[in-house]
This record gives sequence, structure tokens and C-alpha cells, in this order.
Amino acid sequence: MKKMLKLGFAAVALLLMLGTTSCKKKLKDADIQAAIETVFKADADMSNSMVSVKDGVATITGECKDEACKTKCEDAVKKIEGVKSVVNNCTVAPVVAIVPPVTDQLQQAIADALKDFPTVKSELKDGVLTLTGEVAKTSLQKMMMGLNTLKAMGLKKIESASLVKK
Amino acid sequence: MALQDKYKELIDAATAAPVVNLKVREEEDVLYMDGESSGAVKQQLWDIYGKLDPDYSSGDLMLNINSVAGISEGAKLKVTTNKTNLNIRSGPSTNDDIVGKAARHEVVTLVRKENDQWWFIKTDDGEEGYSFTQYLTPVEG
Repeated sequence: MKKMLKLGFAAVALLLMLGTTSCKKKLKDADIQAAIETVFKADADMSNSMVSVKDGVATITGECKDEACKTKCEDAVKKIEGVKSVVNNCTVAPVVAIVPPVTDQLQQAIADALKDFPTVKSELKDGVLTLTGEVAKTSLQKMMMGLNTLKAMGLKKIESASLVKK
Repeated sequence: MALQDKYKELIDAATAAPVVNLKVREEEDVLYMDGESSGAVKQQLWDIYGKLDPDYSSGDLMLNINSVAGISEGAKLKVTTNKTNLNIRSGPSTNDDIVGKAARHEVVTLVRKENDQWWFIKTDDGEEGYSFTQYLTPVEG
């Protein structure tokens, strides 16, 4: 009976141990993840990065602005206690040239196309170009040809009913 | 459909010309015609447009015919300004400085295309920079 009791205790103890270790392990992954997320959130460079931790392996995802940022994320994660290894699946954002907004481009293109017709006034609103002032009949076709190609840059319509053709 | 009736002669001519990648679309009372053709075909289409809609004043058609799409680098271009010399600029806009001039009817060489409005050209004298494509006509043949 004593022996049985002893065995029972041992079994309970074993169960408890198993239970606590597995619980502890799970918590630990979540804790590591939380710690990394705190670090990520605190840094503007890394705020778009995400992490998931499983069995101490931290996998970084999300987007970085450049390679240096990607390395920075990885280094930061390596420093966190409990991280065994790092899988860095961060994507690096493509380099985007800074281009002026489309309307500015269109506005400039209209100014370019009308440069040789100084007596023509123009106003652009919601993609509709209204022409006023006056133009020589002989220049009209050339001017309209130039303006019509700006459809490719977002020009929708040309209102020229009020334009005086001499 | 009303606009396609009004400009039927133009659409037929563009189809027959032929205009490459011709797209005809009607949206919010404007007829859009896009495509690529030679300069001569573009001129012919614009003359028909001017006949169907005198002074192009109805505002119901955008005739976007690109006659420069087929021109490749190294092509010879004639300066077809109305009277004046053609400005050669340091960048692709009229805000950029004038760095040279090409005389009317002078022949220049296309170095590369910045966009449909601005090309980088080189004169026989070695002047180079951006010029407005509207005043450049490919030398045929």
C-alpha cells in the first residue's frame, strides 16, 4: 500500500512537472514575442516588422525600408533573452523615386504645351481643361494636337468653346 | 453611341489607316480615341476631326494619336517649329534652363525618350538636351 502511494505521488509529481514545463515553455514563447514586439514598436525603423516565436525560434516578417533596417531588426531580435535563432523573412520595400503628384505633372505638361500660345489662358479642374483667351486659327490644330496627347497623363476633357479663334 | 455616329468618318479612317492599338471608348459624353500611327496618318485624322468639329470646340473628343511611339533611338528628326528656333533644355520641362537651340528645319538625332512630351536630342554641332516632341518630326526613310 505504501509502495502504491509512493508510486502515485511520483506519478502526480511527474504529471505536475510535465504540466508546468510545457506551460512554462508556451508562456516563454509568448513572452519572448511580447518583448520583441515592444522593441519593434519603440523604433520607427522597425515598427512595420512583425514577429512570431515558436520553440525559441523567432520569425520576423513585415516590411523594412532597406537592407540596413532588415539587419537592424535581426540584431535586435538576437539580443532578446530566450531567442535561440532568428529567421528573417522581412521584405525590403522597393525603392520608389519621389515623383510629384500627377496633377502637378499634368499642370506642367499643359504649361509646356501652351508655352508657344501665350494668348491662350487655361484652367485645369478635375481633369477638365478650360481654354479661354484667343488663338490664331492656323495654330489651333498644332495646339490641340499637343494637348490631346496629355490624355495619357490624365487629362479627361478640353473645353475650348469660349476660346476665340482668329 | 451618338458621338461614335458624329465621328464615324474619323473612326473609319483610323481603322483603315491603320492606327495600331486603336481604342475607341465613350465615357461621360466624351469620345476617347487612342492609338499609334505615323505622323502623316495623325495629320490626316486631325484634318478629319477639324472637318467634323470645326475649331475642335465641342470638347467631346480626345484624339490621342501617338505618332512618336515607333521612333527608335538614333533616329533623325527634323525641327518643325512654326517660325522660331527649337529650345534645347537641361531638363524635361519648360522650367529647365535653355542650354542650346536648333534652327527650324535643322535635322537632329534622337538620343533617348524621356516621355512622350520630351526627348533627349543631339545636334550635329554636339549640342544636347531635352526638346519638346511636338516640334520634332521624324525624317521619313
